[in-house]
Amino acid sequence: MKFASRMAAATAILVASALPALAAGQLNIFNFGLYTPPDLIKKFEQTYDVKVTVTEYDSNESALAKIQAGGHGFDIIVPSAYIVPTYIENGLLMKSEPNQMSNFKNVKSEWVDVAWDKGRHYTVPYVWGTTGVMVNTKVYKGDLNTAAIIFDPPPELKGKINVVPSMNEVLDMAINYVGGEACTTDKAILKKAHDKLMEAKASWASIDYPSFEKFIKEDLNASIFWNGASSRIRAENPGFAFGLPKTGFLIWQDNVAILKDAKNVENAKLFLNFLMDPENAAMVSNYTRYGNSITGSEAKMDPNLLKAPELTIPADLKSAGHFQTACPPDVQQIYTRIWTDLTK
Amino acid sequence: MANRSFDVRKLPGAAAIAITCFVILYIPMAILVFYSFNAGKVIGNWEGASLKWYGAAIHNQAFLDAALNSLILATTASVISTLLATMAALATTRNERFRGEGVIHIILNQPLMVPEIVLAIALVIIVGQIKQVTGYTGLGFLIAAHTAFCIPFAYLPIRARLEGMDLSLETAAADLYASRFYTFRRVTLPLLSPGILSGFMLAFVISLDDLVISDFLKSPGQDTLPTYLMGELKRNLTSEIYAISSLLLLLSVLIVAGSWVATRKKD
Amino acid sequence: MNGPDTWRRWALSLPAVAVIMLFSILPLGVVLVYSFLTPGDFGNVKWIFSTDGWFSVLFERNIFDDTIGLSGANLSILFRSIILSVLTTLITLIFGVPTAWFIATRPPTQRNFWLFLITIPFWTNLLVRTIAVQEMIRSEGVFNRILLALGLIKEPIQMMYTDFAVLLGMTYVFLPLMVLPVYAAIEKFDFRLAEASYDLYASRLFCLRRVILPLIKPGVIAGSILVFVPSLGAYVTPRVMGGGKSMMLGNLIDLQFGQGRNWPLGAALSITLTVLVLLALIWYTRLTAGRKERDHG
Repeated sequence: MKFASRMAAATAILVASALPALAAGQLNIFNFGLYTPPDLIKKFEQTYDVKVTVTEYDSNESALAKIQAGGHGFDIIVPSAYIVPTYIENGLLMKSEPNQMSNFKNVKSEWVDVAWDKGRHYTVPYVWGTTGVMVNTKVYKGDLNTAAIIFDPPPELKGKINVVPSMNEVLDMAINYVGGEACTTDKAILKKAHDKLMEAKASWASIDYPSFEKFIKEDLNASIFWNGASSRIRAENPGFAFGLPKTGFLIWQDNVAILKDAKNVENAKLFLNFLMDPENAAMVSNYTRYGNSITGSEAKMDPNLLKAPELTIPADLKSAGHFQTACPPDVQQIYTRIWTDLTK
Repeated sequence: MANRSFDVRKLPGAAAIAITCFVILYIPMAILVFYSFNAGKVIGNWEGASLKWYGAAIHNQAFLDAALNSLILATTASVISTLLATMAALATTRNERFRGEGVIHIILNQPLMVPEIVLAIALVIIVGQIKQVTGYTGLGFLIAAHTAFCIPFAYLPIRARLEGMDLSLETAAADLYASRFYTFRRVTLPLLSPGILSGFMLAFVISLDDLVISDFLKSPGQDTLPTYLMGELKRNLTSEIYAISSLLLLLSVLIVAGSWVATRKKD
Repeated sequence: MNGPDTWRRWALSLPAVAVIMLFSILPLGVVLVYSFLTPGDFGNVKWIFSTDGWFSVLFERNIFDDTIGLSGANLSILFRSIILSVLTTLITLIFGVPTAWFIATRPPTQRNFWLFLITIPFWTNLLVRTIAVQEMIRSEGVFNRILLALGLIKEPIQMMYTDFAVLLGMTYVFLPLMVLPVYAAIEKFDFRLAEASYDLYASRLFCLRRVILPLIKPGVIAGSILVFVPSLGAYVTPRVMGGGKSMMLGNLIDLQFGQGRNWPLGAALSITLTVLVLLALIWYTRLTAGRKERDHG
């Protein structure tokens, strides 16, 4: 048993040597992929002597499923506006009253009384953006502001298209494209959207939350995508451009909240307050390339970002944009079934 | 007749296919290692040779944390599973069959018969509940799960060694009135040690290789090397990831070479 | 065997048995139970008995008019999983058997070197090998660059995210699993037997068919099962190479526990996959048991 005991001793030493690295506190964040600035986390760790872990997810739906399963161990979650009511109704969020926090005064007034969390009792705004279409203009020379790039793709894009696994965003865009309104109860329209999606799927390469590098290296040339992510790709491959479908596109906001069964509540509250500081909000924007909702952050933001084409909605397209909401439960159920049909 | 003196060993075409096979196996790995020395961040855009991504990896805290987790997990799980497998192998070999031996056999091999993803899902359901009830989210769950699926890998070589062992030495020791424990420690165990070593190595590598079960079971901060790599692969495929992959490749070369040398000495 | 010794043996085996019971067999039982429950609205389950999970493995209700039909999507994934696994097995056979033969017929001093070469990929992390093979077939990967340089194509061919990519990936990662058992079988083979049969004026073909093939058959069967079983349950390789569109059963199961939010269906699919694997293994034991009987008879 000499060998085994030696190995056990080695393990004990390893475990022991790992311990001093532990900070006084802990904070476990569950966020979308490539969405948490590393320098922001480092700053928070140093300011509050807290060890932060960041775990990433692909979509609101899979994050919710993981939280529902229990035993997740996370403190912080970043749900999109449309899914926040679901979290609240299912008792998954802590009523942490961000509106009482010291930095809350920095939140721009139009983002305070929002439909999904009136008066901000649960959530803090993270960033907001638009969902449109990103395409490689080296390959595709046509109109940018159309969802046809995804749903009726020209031959040069076939097999090079990605669709992000974000149910409501994809379905809303498809319903708009076939002439309906998001969350419509009109079954004929829903069926049309369903059939359009199934037909288009044959031309897609993937339904994935792919690494940016797949676009930069042109393994993929088009995607339903978000403005900020698109801007980050353009920085590395100038061929890529972002368009907003004339038939309708989404404006969304993601929100930071504390989970009901969080273990590190005090650190989580510190983090929420930390995010409402203008300098930190600017760090988030500079990394994610999305706009934030914090007054005074512009001064610290990258000037290139403030004038990035992805961040301004052209005047003639303003009327096509609509804010993303959760659909009524019966519509949401049909959405889910269409989505399951599409992704399986 | 001279023409008929054909050597069956030279199956026509076998050598050509075999060499092709080795080329196919090694070219992708060679290219991976090659690009890990790329000075540029984007893979495939060659910007000159550099070791900078290895430097970046060594200073990447997330990678180091994952490596430490992997090491703790693989070491603990393989030590425990080897210990348990050795006990079980001693009980189930070199004797008349006893009642329930068949059942024990099937149970010990059961993890081999279940696809990894199924086991991962199954464990997630149960472990999620336990985590919620007990509030414990430590590395213990991963260690237990890894130990379970490593047991058959440790068990098989140990059992094979035991079955091939000569009983006469032990009988001789017993004849000389050596105690049962003494015989075990001074005779059985040294003879068995190559089997235990290869069982341990196999269990270690199997644990180190696991992505699916760790990925589903891990709590925050419990990334292992494969789960960390998978996360980066989906988000951030850069030359640094190729450097880390090359380090893992080097590790397996070292392990194979090590076990080669170890068994050579024993012979 | 007397009583006390049986007890001692059980006691020695008990820790290993207990760990596997708790962390492998019991969870599978829970999966079986979950396959008969009702899906929760946002994942998880409601504790209401339902056979819908099993029903949805093969059938589906139309979203718009509630008519019942075969589930085309699930069937095509099931079909793809089986076909790709069979093809992977066949291709690894084509490459693996001659390779094993080649290694086994080297002089003993060289043999270790070749064995060493085949063992390294076998012990290398699966994900690392998948990343390596992915690099080959990307739009700007090695294959496309060579084809472009040779002037055979004008535009890079899209290989990633196709069934071909999944097949290539699985063949690459599972190839060593075929070579090693076939090698083990050939190594035991006494080549003088074949030479003797050949000297007896047997034709080459006869020698191959009646002498060599039966002797390497156990290795071929073992190798096939070692490749087929993990291919059928593959998850990592199709996820990386298939991009969420060219899915296999393992990915479909994963989807039900995440985005799909239908745990009972995922559980039913898990049981289905496990049963398929068990069927392959039972077929294997039958095949090898049959051989042994014949050997003794």
